Amino acid sequence: MKANCWMGRGTVEVQEVPDPKILNSRDAIIRITSTAICGSDLHLYQGFIPTMKKGDILGHEFMGEVVEVGPQVSNLQPGDRVVVPFPIACGNCSACQHGQYSVCENSNPNAGIAEKLMGHSPAGIFGYSHMFGGYAGGQAEYARVPFADVGPLKIEDDLPDEKVLFLSDILPTGWMGAEMCDIKPGDIIAVWGAGPVGQFAVASAFLQGAERVIAIDRFPYRLKKAERAGAETLDYEEVDVLDALRDMTAGRGPDACIDAVGIEAHHPAPAIYAYDRAKQAARIETDRPFALREAIRACRNGGIVSVIGAYGGLVDKFPMGALMNRSLTVRGAQCHVQRYLRPLLDRIRNGSIDPSFVISHRMRLDEAPRGYEMFRNKEDECLKVVLTP
Amino acid sequence: MSEEHHRKTDRLARALGWGSLGLGVIQLTAPNAVARLSGVDDSPWARITVPLVGVRELSHAAVLLGSRRPAPWAWTRVAGDALDLTVLGCSVANRTGWRRRRAAAVTAAVVGITAVDLYTAVCGSRRTGRRVTLRAAITVNRPREDVYWYWHDLENLPRFMAHLESVRATGDGRSHWKVKGPAGRSVEWDAVIIDDRPGELIAWHSVEGSAVGNSGSVRFTDAPGGRGTEVWVDLNYDPPVGMAGVAFAKLFGEDPEQQVRDDLRRFKQVMETGEVVRSEGSPEGIRAIRQVMQRPAQPVM
Repeated sequence: MKANCWMGRGTVEVQEVPDPKILNSRDAIIRITSTAICGSDLHLYQGFIPTMKKGDILGHEFMGEVVEVGPQVSNLQPGDRVVVPFPIACGNCSACQHGQYSVCENSNPNAGIAEKLMGHSPAGIFGYSHMFGGYAGGQAEYARVPFADVGPLKIEDDLPDEKVLFLSDILPTGWMGAEMCDIKPGDIIAVWGAGPVGQFAVASAFLQGAERVIAIDRFPYRLKKAERAGAETLDYEEVDVLDALRDMTAGRGPDACIDAVGIEAHHPAPAIYAYDRAKQAARIETDRPFALREAIRACRNGGIVSVIGAYGGLVDKFPMGALMNRSLTVRGAQCHVQRYLRPLLDRIRNGSIDPSFVISHRMRLDEAPRGYEMFRNKEDECLKVVLTP
Repeated sequence: MSEEHHRKTDRLARALGWGSLGLGVIQLTAPNAVARLSGVDDSPWARITVPLVGVRELSHAAVLLGSRRPAPWAWTRVAGDALDLTVLGCSVANRTGWRRRRAAAVTAAVVGITAVDLYTAVCGSRRTGRRVTLRAAITVNRPREDVYWYWHDLENLPRFMAHLESVRATGDGRSHWKVKGPAGRSVEWDAVIIDDRPGELIAWHSVEGSAVGNSGSVRFTDAPGGRGTEVWVDLNYDPPVGMAGVAFAKLFGEDPEQQVRDDLRRFKQVMETGEVVRSEGSPEGIRAIRQVMQRPAQPVM
């Protein structure tokens, strides 16, 4: 089959690779009908997540048709149409039973590697480095889905791929980002990053009852999209975000701040950007936390900072003093996607949200390298690339 | 050897690390002074050699000061000393007058330092000579009885223990163990269960005259608040002697504690999900080598 493989920093190639096989009795093989490039794929592409290997198949947002199931999978049959959540979760361990699927205790065969870096291991993730399990990803014609009796969500035929594909990651991720803010009546929520996850965080914050939502980015086309969803916007290259947020909230600061940016943030001051960029290049820190630092400093006293942008390892100059003295709460997670699949599918079905609005480009799987390049360089107002095999 | 003695050796090793740091910095910042002091300032090579030795000293400092148990790392200094003595020996032989006297004095000093390095390295390495004890634990989300009974059937162990080829129950609490050894040869021994309390504990040791003396126990306790069962493993084995010993030690690889933890993690997978979880990066699920040598994450042929 054809698959989009990581071939070193800044290079992906569509290659001919063997078809996937059932390796565990709870596996299913899926013929992929739609798959997408995630912002976190760009972190892998750029080489910022450690433990990648040449030839790794990328992609953790995908859906398709079941073509084969292992002997222990009784809820799915060949021909079923499914969306696959990006965290691989067994459903049996105590994390899964508490709904914390992205920290499943059994799905990472390389837990030992992750433990060395992070202390304990999170769940395995499709196509997301070897410290997250070394699983082949879904930017391919077929994929093997472990624990297929737990993760995949069956979709009826009337909903098109584009409406349900993002249940695999970015819609629930944005939703959970807002949920972690504990939104109460009157709350003002600020969202750093108006990429696809940021867009869904904005929409989710409104659906969860936010009074106002403020989106922060530097690309006018992204800010415009957030405006259409009802957000006020700030271009951080034009204004001082901290001052602007203080003004917009009568001095209080946003009640909760969502970091939907992660490790490849930018900063308008060249010297500050260069400081962290250089350390990242020298591998002294792995992550550039401009958005996170700003979110922590901007948040009102006693407020919540919700981190859904992807981080890989270590950050420097973390404003711990602000966090401790101002009684802030920081929450972060790889989304527990399985928890949100049904409720969000219901919302898609009843029309309260149509996630397809983030799609800017549709390409063939063969064109994945071009898609990565466009998405990275924000060419042609690129917001979200969907690939079809 | 006592713990107190080990701590002393480690302190000595750390002092040597600081020495390396100081010497390295001097050799890098004032190479000419060092060359004059050693009587080798007449050699055009000294200008390159002295700073190079300085860099090497800094690397000794890095391993000695960066390690939790630095004493065995003193071997790096011993190797460095051997190199230095060779170079100094040539310098003494090729010189006359005050330069020869200085080079000889420095050589004598290095001989003294070598003795200290050697002492530290030997004491530091000797600690691997005692009986090895490994401990690891994991929490399994299953009732205590189930977890106990699965382990009680010792023939199940190779399903999750990476290096174990087979365990065969031979009756009467006895069992025959087989481990993959180097060069395709296997190491075998017999073990006997010495304590068995259903739902609580299994303890065993190898029978008299085994190639490798070893013993172990696994305890099962209820995890608090309905979190399942805590599994506590203790393993002891004699230090490697001969082929069989080396093969046995290999069981636990470079990082024995990690190896046991990985085995227990696979045990948890089997208990909770029914089998060892496989990814394309480690499709066999159980090969220990895959932790360090992953396949690319693409389907197996």
